[in-house]
Amino acid sequence: MKTPLVKIEGLNVAFDGAPAVRGVDLAVHPGEALGLVGESGSGKSVTWLAALRLLPGKASVQGRVSLDGSDILSLPVREMERIRGGRIGIIFQDPSSALNPVLSIRRQISEVLALHRGMSGSEIRAEAKRLLDLVGMPDAKGRLDSYPHEMSGGQNQRVMIAMALAGQPDLLIADEPTTALDVTIQAQILDLLQQIRREMGMALVLISHDLGVVAENCDRVAVMYAGRIVESGPAATLFDTPRHPYARGLIDALPTLDDTQRLVAIPGVVPDPRDMPRGCAFGPRCAYAGPECLLDSPPLRAVAPGRRLACARHNLDLAGPKSTTPNSTPAEVVS
Amino acid sequence: MTPLLQLRDVARSYVTRNNLFGQARPVRAVDGISLTVNAGETLGIVGESGSGKSTLGRMALGLELPDEGTVTFDDAPMPAPGSAAWRTLRRQMQMVFQDPLGALDRRLPVLEQIIEPLVIHGIDGDQRSAGLAALASVGLSAAQGARHPHELSGGQRQRVVIARALITSPRLLVCDEPVSALDVSIQAQVVNLLIDLQAERGLGMVFISHDLRVVRQISNRVAVMYLGRVVEEAAADDLFRAPQHPYTRALVSAAPSPGPRRVERVILTGEPPNPAARPEGCAFHPRCPVATARCRTEAPAPARIAPGHTAACHLLTPAAKVAAR
Repeated sequence: MKTPLVKIEGLNVAFDGAPAVRGVDLAVHPGEALGLVGESGSGKSVTWLAALRLLPGKASVQGRVSLDGSDILSLPVREMERIRGGRIGIIFQDPSSALNPVLSIRRQISEVLALHRGMSGSEIRAEAKRLLDLVGMPDAKGRLDSYPHEMSGGQNQRVMIAMALAGQPDLLIADEPTTALDVTIQAQILDLLQQIRREMGMALVLISHDLGVVAENCDRVAVMYAGRIVESGPAATLFDTPRHPYARGLIDALPTLDDTQRLVAIPGVVPDPRDMPRGCAFGPRCAYAGPECLLDSPPLRAVAPGRRLACARHNLDLAGPKSTTPNSTPAEVVS
Repeated sequence: MTPLLQLRDVARSYVTRNNLFGQARPVRAVDGISLTVNAGETLGIVGESGSGKSTLGRMALGLELPDEGTVTFDDAPMPAPGSAAWRTLRRQMQMVFQDPLGALDRRLPVLEQIIEPLVIHGIDGDQRSAGLAALASVGLSAAQGARHPHELSGGQRQRVVIARALITSPRLLVCDEPVSALDVSIQAQVVNLLIDLQAERGLGMVFISHDLRVVRQISNRVAVMYLGRVVEEAAADDLFRAPQHPYTRALVSAAPSPGPRRVERVILTGEPPNPAARPEGCAFHPRCPVATARCRTEAPAPARIAPGHTAACHLLTPAAKVAAR
């Protein structure tokens, strides 16, 4: 198999002793779209912030992150800065707070072009306009002199994407890029990301709490819960036949436009990082939990080609009826 | 049957300025809407930011008076906000907003906040028992009632807000994005709770959200808003199975889904509408994939295109109804 573009191995992150990421292994291959799904506090954003060394000093980060096979966690700060915004671009949920309110769009894009591409003068002007055209900004030339507050949320997100693309990245990390946007604008931005990825052959990591968004835009998906990856696999098969009870639960909890079948909620709440349950972190909320689930935190292992699962009861058949009755005893549900 | 809540041609404008020295000019947030909510029925209101859906919700509760048109509750005109009659009526109309932390007092245990409406409205009896019953009805324990808001999770806080809204046994509940801040698994818990409470108590409910999937789940009827007007209204089943208005069709096709896609995605060009710069003619025409010359000059009025199904579009007539998706 080809060398992954970015490989994360045994990543652990803790804040003041509270674990946020607990042993994550993840690889992104050139040109692929990888989705990272999970609820708040699952560690999906922290994983990538840690990999790019964007966390504050009080965070303790352990593990190995490599770009094209060489470790980036131990790189000198200056070299890391060349990678961020260069080979790896990032966009966040709230574009208006990620942009500088007192600088024009031209200044902000120019900065990236000067820093990462060594451009100057007229070269910068032409390239900045080309980038705004590329992200579908209407009246790109006129917009260069605008300020973030003069534009809508969707336009600001286009500017963020243009800035991320300015460094010609091999990988774009998009952290909830459309969560703050209206539905019709969300569709525009996701469509734009797909189109750019195809044209530039760039890899994409799409971090989202919305399974629908990830299912439609990614080749491969990893589902995170309480700081761990609990299941990963090709998007189509994972959403069709989830193997982990949490992944199944997330899909059943999601309302659809096609029917009004009662939603199956996952009982309980996400565990407190300072007070993790014994054994599997999802155990207390799991309708399928058995005695073995209390023993150890199950490792993520291959269960089929391209599919990995972290569940002590990995032979469960979850394909049955959608409704699981969380209050019944596990034995009843499994039999 | 008398409708519980009726809005007739309501309109509401706000005054904005372009900049510090600019001319003050009115922006019509809600521009002539008529809607009805019956007891035991949930009306879903869908729209993007700037569509006027929250303003509509505030008028439905009498928190704001319309500049034009009338709002009636139980066939009686809505009293002016702050008046004695309005305060009395508020027992029967309650609301749930998006941010439960902002709606709760951080310094008080949640049980005390749940029984506060009983104190305010002078409802006698065993207030503490009523509070504990309200807690139980939303699936919280007495121990959780003794906690402060920051000691509860987001979903639990929203349950507290719902318990407080229901303790005066209201007949109308207006929910404005009540589950938008919650994670999927918790959102499902709260949606199921609202559906159950609504059915048990025969509440009339207005459910405002930008999330079509949640609105579909909870509503009997749905109204789709665009720039202060209702562009389509129908039974939820009809509206989502066979959306008629070009805007509704785009919205429905844009909703992300992990299942197989049954319709071609319509990606709307252009920006979300700005209420301060309302286009001439049909407000949707600059983004509409099927707009004609007439749409640029003449605003369409809502028309009945099928029984119980109205839409405001020049291209839609009963004969032109679009087949189910």
